[in-house]
Amino acid sequence: MPSLGADMDRGKILEWRKQVGDSIARGEIVVLVDTDKAEIEVESFSAGVLEAILVPVGETVPVGTPIARIRSAEAGARPAPKPVTPPPPAPPAPQPAIARPPAVTPRELPPAPAVASAAARPHATPLARRVAAELGVNLASVAGTGADGAITREDVERAAAPRAAAPPPAVAPAARDRAAAMRSAIATAMERANREIPHYYVESRVDLANAIAWLAATNAARPIADRVLPAALFVKAVALAAREVPELNGFWRDGGFVPASEVHVGLIVSLRQGGLLAPALRDVCEKSVTQLMADLRDVVARARAGKLRSSEVSGATISLTNLGDQGAQRVFGVIMPPQVALVGFGRVTEQPVAAGGLIGVRSVVDVTLAGDHRASDGHRAGRFLAALARRLAEPESL
Amino acid sequence: MTGERIKQSFREAFRQSLREALVRDERVFLMGEDVGRYGGSYAVSHGFLEEFGPDRIRDTPLSESAFVGAGIGAALGGMRPIVELMTVNFSLLAMDQILNGAATLSHMSGGQFHVPLVIRMATGAGRQLAAQHSHSLEGWYAHIPGIKVVAPATLEDARGMLHTALEDPNPVLIFEHARLYPVEGEVAADAGPVDLERAALRRAGRDVSLIAYGGTLDRALEAAESLAGQGIEAEVLDLRVLRPLDEAAILASVARTHRVVIVDEGWKSGSLSAEIAARIAEHALGELDAPIRRVCSAEVPIPYPKHLEDAALPQAARIAEAARELVRGG
Amino acid sequence: MTRDALRREVLEALAEIAPEADPASLRGGVPLRDQLDLDSMDFLNLLIAVHQRTEVEIPEADYGKLASLDQIVAYLEARQPGGRD
Repeated sequence: MPSLGADMDRGKILEWRKQVGDSIARGEIVVLVDTDKAEIEVESFSAGVLEAILVPVGETVPVGTPIARIRSAEAGARPAPKPVTPPPPAPPAPQPAIARPPAVTPRELPPAPAVASAAARPHATPLARRVAAELGVNLASVAGTGADGAITREDVERAAAPRAAAPPPAVAPAARDRAAAMRSAIATAMERANREIPHYYVESRVDLANAIAWLAATNAARPIADRVLPAALFVKAVALAAREVPELNGFWRDGGFVPASEVHVGLIVSLRQGGLLAPALRDVCEKSVTQLMADLRDVVARARAGKLRSSEVSGATISLTNLGDQGAQRVFGVIMPPQVALVGFGRVTEQPVAAGGLIGVRSVVDVTLAGDHRASDGHRAGRFLAALARRLAEPESL
Repeated sequence: MTGERIKQSFREAFRQSLREALVRDERVFLMGEDVGRYGGSYAVSHGFLEEFGPDRIRDTPLSESAFVGAGIGAALGGMRPIVELMTVNFSLLAMDQILNGAATLSHMSGGQFHVPLVIRMATGAGRQLAAQHSHSLEGWYAHIPGIKVVAPATLEDARGMLHTALEDPNPVLIFEHARLYPVEGEVAADAGPVDLERAALRRAGRDVSLIAYGGTLDRALEAAESLAGQGIEAEVLDLRVLRPLDEAAILASVARTHRVVIVDEGWKSGSLSAEIAARIAEHALGELDAPIRRVCSAEVPIPYPKHLEDAALPQAARIAEAARELVRGG
Repeated sequence: MTRDALRREVLEALAEIAPEADPASLRGGVPLRDQLDLDSMDFLNLLIAVHQRTEVEIPEADYGKLASLDQIVAYLEARQPGGRD
């Protein structure tokens, strides 16, 4: 007996339109049913032969009661449609990548907080924590029997019962453990980079007179929030130079160099209280210096606030470190695998420069390129630095 | 109070309540599709056209937006309309009227106008009406400031909520779970008006709280019975009012049992159960001895075949299992 | 704003950028970048925040005059729109 209305619970057979032995096509009317509100013709959804009538005319049966049997003409019963499965829950966002090894500087390598240590904080329910505090029970010494092994109130009360002198609850050393974990992760990465990558270094002193003058003129006309720092010029110049020397822009993978089609510049950002992160600025060649400056401020702020998206901490095709800002004259960095180059900028200083037979004082910066000798050589590196210098000498073209 | 109890179905309880309202106050009238000549798509207004006439039992055209709008107008004009939307599924066509008209006019007029409108609608799944006709969207309406949303799950509430709703100067939405219409039970012959403020503890317990409303209440009670057989005493809280939620009752229950399963026939994501879970986490985190669990409909359009529909809805067995996991752990 | 109010604004802006800074131990006459870990980005952000709080225009050419806390406060005091109150 089919359900023929939202409110129907039973139906009465009024008339069988087919007899036992009749063949039935799909869609043919088989029986007339009274639903208390209307008389409704009921069609068959299967083709076949009417084998048996189970409910006679005049009888009322609940919805769902078999009223007739049809022997299907098809070989077997049609398989039930696949139950719809709900889409799998979206995977949780991946954790930010472990901070890459920083460029080597005169400073000590500080720890960074990106990776959380799993074991520091005992897994206990909020109620269990509260009760543990009240009873002076050390959660670290309690076995958990709750969901996912959580310590429950009952577990705490059981632990408190013998009332052995319980040491005060352990202060969760989360920060300390995280820092230690990060330090060891950086150490491992550094070891690996130094071990695997045959570094070579090339340096050059780049004339920044035009760049600094351009910056001053540009910034003079802008409100303070829109002004550009030299770092933005450096990032753009590095990207454009990398496009000209593709052996420095890409990845060392499976024993070979894979050039990248775009230039995404990784930036080493130092975190307050120590530590570093290396977010990547994407598609730098396509962006204006103004846009890059805005991106730079945004990504640095978010890196320092711990709000980087995981997609931002990976994908750099070449990296840049600007420790001149902190006082280093020149920087010899460690390349971050799988990249093959790292550009280090020292401090912008005014130096005497000979030009056209005269000694003048101009702003300069010492730029160092660290290269992976498997992917490039000094010649390429030299061309890169020359391209970089050329770009910085024509800041309007950046 | 005579103390006499009668046997009645939910359908009959709603009908009695509606009839009493029509008799009591001549400003009250009923408007909706098939409420007059057809006697109501769920037979709740059976016989009313004959008794009260076409002015007070009004068959409307097939346009929810139009007749809800008309109801708003009538309410603004001093009447006490009861608009029947056949089901919550069709209410979607009137959502703009409900949200931007009924719920908001009082605020936008600085209180100069009130919309004393009652909207009744059938809701829920379980009758193989498939994807477009099986929604439980009480949670969507409970999101809207300016209206009350109630879900009668007992005969007392089926008899008494309408009366109080009609006295409210602001809109009240009454959700009648379609599966309950034929369900029978015992109720006081003179059951009267009930409040639209408090949740009700339908079963006292100790080990876990089951929070339910509307069509899921009987499932939760069934689960509690089954748990009792295994030594787990579950407390069952009937929300009754979905907006405004009786937060105090919810938090008090959690404070008693420290474990909670929220049952909601809506889909889990962004549901009323999510709101309740958030409030528990916000105000009673220290009381929780286990994670908050929710038992909701599977995140699929409600299937048509019976076995799939049954599997998609929150059934007593699933509720009991969730409660068991919380109590036993792991 | 008075000199004290200006000083407070600068310290508040500084606290947002370098939360570990202890205002009590800052020496007013010593360049900030010698006492705190501030790179060029931090310094720019500090000036932007100070500008927003005090409405004083700070041309890039003047950055050199803004090395220490005392210098910054004096600069701001002299250039407030509407003068001192």
